[in-house]
Amino acid sequence: MANLTINGKNFTLDVEPDTPLLWAIRENAGLTGTKYGCGIAQCGACTVHMDGAAIRSCGVSVSEAEGKKITTIEGLASGDSLHRVQEAWIAQDVPQCGYCQSGMIMAVAALLNEKPKPTDADIDEAITNICRCGTFQQVREAIHTIASA
Amino acid sequence: MNQHVSPKMNRRAFVIGTAAVGAGLAIGLDIPFGGPAVVRAADGSPEIGAWVVVRPDDTVVIRIARSEMGQGSLTGLAQLVAEELECDWTKVTTEYPTPGQSVARKRVWGDFSTGGSRGIRSSQDYVRKGGATARVMLIQAAADAWKVPASECTAANSVITHTPSGRTTTYGKVAEAAAKLTPPADVKLKDPKDWKLIGKGVKRLDTADKTTGTMIYGVDVKLPGMLNAAIKDCPVFGGKVKSFDEAKITGMKGVKKVVKVGDTAVAVVADTWWHAKTALEALPIVWDEGDNAKVSSESIAKWLAEGLNNDQPAYVGNKNGDAKAAIAGAAKKVEAVYSYPYQNHATMEPMNATALYTADKCEVWCGTQNGEAAFAAVLEASGLPAEKCDVHKVMPGGGFGRRGQTDYVRQAVIIAKQMPGTPIKLLWSREEDMAHGRYHPITQCKMTGAFDANNNLVALHYRLSGQSILFSLRPDALQNGMDPAAFQGVAQSGEAAFGYSVPNLLIEHAMRNPHVPPGFWRGVNVNHNAIYMECFMDELAQAAGQDPLEFRRKLMGNHPKHLAVLNAVAEKIGWTTPAPQGVYRGIAQVMGYGSYVAGAAEISVTDGSKIKMHRIVASTDPGYVVNPAQVERQVAGSFVYGLSALFYGGCTVKDGKIEQTNFDTYNSMRINEMPKVETVMVPSGGFWGGVGEPTIGVAAPAVLNAYFAATGRRIRSVPLRDQNITFA
Repeated sequence: MANLTINGKNFTLDVEPDTPLLWAIRENAGLTGTKYGCGIAQCGACTVHMDGAAIRSCGVSVSEAEGKKITTIEGLASGDSLHRVQEAWIAQDVPQCGYCQSGMIMAVAALLNEKPKPTDADIDEAITNICRCGTFQQVREAIHTIASA
Repeated sequence: MNQHVSPKMNRRAFVIGTAAVGAGLAIGLDIPFGGPAVVRAADGSPEIGAWVVVRPDDTVVIRIARSEMGQGSLTGLAQLVAEELECDWTKVTTEYPTPGQSVARKRVWGDFSTGGSRGIRSSQDYVRKGGATARVMLIQAAADAWKVPASECTAANSVITHTPSGRTTTYGKVAEAAAKLTPPADVKLKDPKDWKLIGKGVKRLDTADKTTGTMIYGVDVKLPGMLNAAIKDCPVFGGKVKSFDEAKITGMKGVKKVVKVGDTAVAVVADTWWHAKTALEALPIVWDEGDNAKVSSESIAKWLAEGLNNDQPAYVGNKNGDAKAAIAGAAKKVEAVYSYPYQNHATMEPMNATALYTADKCEVWCGTQNGEAAFAAVLEASGLPAEKCDVHKVMPGGGFGRRGQTDYVRQAVIIAKQMPGTPIKLLWSREEDMAHGRYHPITQCKMTGAFDANNNLVALHYRLSGQSILFSLRPDALQNGMDPAAFQGVAQSGEAAFGYSVPNLLIEHAMRNPHVPPGFWRGVNVNHNAIYMECFMDELAQAAGQDPLEFRRKLMGNHPKHLAVLNAVAEKIGWTTPAPQGVYRGIAQVMGYGSYVAGAAEISVTDGSKIKMHRIVASTDPGYVVNPAQVERQVAGSFVYGLSALFYGGCTVKDGKIEQTNFDTYNSMRINEMPKVETVMVPSGGFWGGVGEPTIGVAAPAVLNAYFAATGRRIRSVPLRDQNITFA
């Protein structure tokens, strides 16, 4: 059993302590917005926030996540009002297939928390998610739009 | 017991969940007196022809048969219908008919296949007619109600106006009456100059759910009582399962069943996928690997190299004059051998499908590029007739050609059939996805060019050796053994025609089919053909002592559309003006999928091995552009996909298996490596070309040619990581 705080709610989940957080989120908490892409912390599709920092949830065990505040893509909006990254993503039509975008949006949201006006170099360093459709151009433009708002 | 805790009900998950019980898009029929049948959508709203449903609140539901997988066709196809329908674009929504429904209605929605950049170009005519037909019926219904001639009425923005009297009504108000009318036998489509919506970069219709985590991909499907399956297929293609020791894992947490899947694979079914995967990894499996276990990249390369010899048989795909004789008597000859490796599609979402099998029904939920092929796989694997099967398409996390195949659908049904009544979600691990792709085919190419004493190119011999996709996947499409698609981009004519005139030309293919299963990988045969031809064009220009652009132009007089995109790219990148200090340029062009494309790159190179991309310029002439914003994204995305393959890709074979296992050994470009792509659209009109694939052909050669300009070194094999060349 594990007690996790996800999107401000407490979950008591029947999982082994070494279960990757990703699978506890998807299969036990039932929040499928966080995606599986590689399972080895390479692609970033499973990015969530743990105590505000962007982490790859496939590489973190449930036991490491206990007592931390986990935020997934489902918890990024405040009630009915979308997070500004989500709004920018919609306004600039960023996603193609969209599968990587939950992780991409979570990574960008964490970057903007830390650096409200990131330079291109900041973006290059912080955003290391794989997008096979190739949305990088729209991702970069949307980040700059948010930063200049 | 494992608990599935769901803090808030997800609307889309609910729709998919209920679809398990009823039909996804129930269609009812009522037959009024004296008129044809009215077909109704699930919510009771009437169809105005098969492509359009109009709700009383004026919402227009447009049916989409092809698959959206990120490429934007869903939005583009809706634009095509809406253009002719003259409806209010802000009230347009879309839905997928199922293949089962289509088959039951004599394939009223046509082909579901979404590959070969055909989504728009192969359905544009009949979907526009679908929109026009509905418009005519809606106007007629309004005219009938007003007792005026339909010719006095016009429609715009879902409002019908009787011009002489100024009376108006809306589509939603006349939909019921329109549905009862007999559709016109023929409708006239708009002149392209009158288009209002086609050609506009309107926003995609499917974006919002992709930003909130609510979009349902195959991997997210939830059905009541569903179990999860992980699978391992024999890592040596063609090998079989000899035995497995089920007892070793039956007591593991969550494990429900261990099943054989055909002759070649084993699956573990458990409460969660994590439990299934963990147990599968602990399951001892003995394989009968067979003779293919002796095959390696080296043995394949050796076999392909033999095919480059002129004494080996080859299929001729394009020919004029006598190239061999002209080369033998030429003043100067240039020769080079190139190669291109296997590539995995590596869609972000690994293969998966959810199947529910009962004695009298089999349904599958999955991302697929070809609903009808998936449907056929369900029929075959379940053994049930068409009326008892169906496929519910969900958003695929990427396709790139991989999801046109149905291996994963078949596997899911075979597993579900062994657990009747229990929905089974089969998900491949990334490692399984890397091991069991349908790989970009492997080839080598020997090219010989010959010049006369004045440095005019008088002959070109292009001899390809390697794998045929059609041989493996569509043998019925071979022509007397020849794979016509092998000549994509260098063909004599058609949608992938060669863009140069050479007096003595011989383009041929010595077919060699290793055991690694090939597939349609974004760009397909255009990829390697464009690299070979466009890099060799640069070699020829160098041998002739001419500028690569000018050298090409002289050979392209009879190919004005090829030349126009090349010129557009050259102008945009500023080919005739010097590049910034330390920056070098490369250029390339090709035709594929009915479109003309060109690309140019500006790069700098440090220590001969660190490439920094400064600029990419691309031009495309697809005839008509439906949505320029989406074309721009497809062009830019093609560079990311193509350059990822160039720099980081390449699947190698050892002991009959693919060696790469995940993104750590099969990497993909990140944002820091990719410059902005400047897209120049030069649609010349009068034809419909594809957009998703052709541009990938010019991505690698533009960069390789720039690399030569920077270093004086020719790179003739892919990937660059094998030569310790990477991004700066």
